[in-house]
Amino acid sequence: MPDATGLELIAQRVREKVGDEAVTGTVFHRRHATLDVAPPSVRDVLAHLRDDEGEPWDQLMSVHGVDYLPEEPRLGIHYELLSMERADRLNVRTRVSTEEPHVPTVVDLYPTADFHEREVFDMFGVVFDGHPDMRRILMPEDYEGYPQRRDFPMGGEPVIYTFNEPKLPRWYD
Amino acid sequence: MEVTRTKVEGDLRVRQLKAQQLLRGELEGEDLEREVEQRLLFTRFEVAQNWARKNALFPLGFGLACCAIEMITVIGSPRNDLSRFGAEVTRFSPRQADLLILSGRVSIKMAPIIRRLYDQMLEPKWVIAMGACSSTAGMFNNYAVVQGADKFMPVDVYVPGCPPRPEALIYGIMKLQDKIMGNPGMGWRERYRAEGTEEIA
Repeated sequence: MPDATGLELIAQRVREKVGDEAVTGTVFHRRHATLDVAPPSVRDVLAHLRDDEGEPWDQLMSVHGVDYLPEEPRLGIHYELLSMERADRLNVRTRVSTEEPHVPTVVDLYPTADFHEREVFDMFGVVFDGHPDMRRILMPEDYEGYPQRRDFPMGGEPVIYTFNEPKLPRWYD
Repeated sequence: MEVTRTKVEGDLRVRQLKAQQLLRGELEGEDLEREVEQRLLFTRFEVAQNWARKNALFPLGFGLACCAIEMITVIGSPRNDLSRFGAEVTRFSPRQADLLILSGRVSIKMAPIIRRLYDQMLEPKWVIAMGACSSTAGMFNNYAVVQGADKFMPVDVYVPGCPPRPEALIYGIMKLQDKIMGNPGMGWRERYRAEGTEEIA
């Protein structure tokens, strides 16, 4: 991982090259560097981090979604970047709300993001604008709702344990 | 089917000779009576048919999840050797199989496919729900897994376990054979004298 100073330097270079509004903050937590990015400039930032002379981040390891339910904006999309040259990782994060979950796609930069973005769409309902084939990938095509969101019902059937027995209907009632 | 065996007197040579005479029609009287009594087996046609069915169960070669490993061990390996009980020949087409072993969890995306496989199998057909997941969804109490395979298809025998040991599956198949013969084990109903109290759907 780049240390806290390295992360600030990366953020500074991104601000210079891509634009001041692209970076919304940096988080360095438990030796894990996270670069917070505004949703519209995700693609530009990733292109800069891949192609610029001084930046070694040339592999996209995964795209995944997170639901930070009490916080707003709720949904987070993480792009996990890897540099084999420095044996180092950088996490690029962007936050969108559930009312307008739109992020530009990075499939043209990293073809591996194709299925990852479809999975984030399937589980969290984030729409990646410009994606060639924005369909569900895991759940059935006619499934309604986005099951990994925190306000999605658990599903299944209520199971009776001793602690929740008074709350649930008993089988003999 | 009750088979009572009586000891046949005389040594092999004598019996062979008697059989030849019986076929040629040379035996008469008391000799003929005794020979026929020793060589014939009386039963009902349905019983004989069921006996043939139970000893020639063809399982569908079909695995769903981790229980499939145990199922393959039962069906395919010489260690457990299911052919001792006459249920060994795996068929990979539902048209030729008559036993479907649901080995693993059934996701809601897989359920219509399993239902179609079941509908394609020819009558008579039987289903074993193997393991906790296909019986009750086990620990997968969530949005992706069907809460018990009997929600969308009939199941004959449930084998508990996570996964069940191969011996448990063999025991389940033997229970199914009892059921095919028309005297299913009633389990706890027998123990608590609750036979005849089954719910009628």
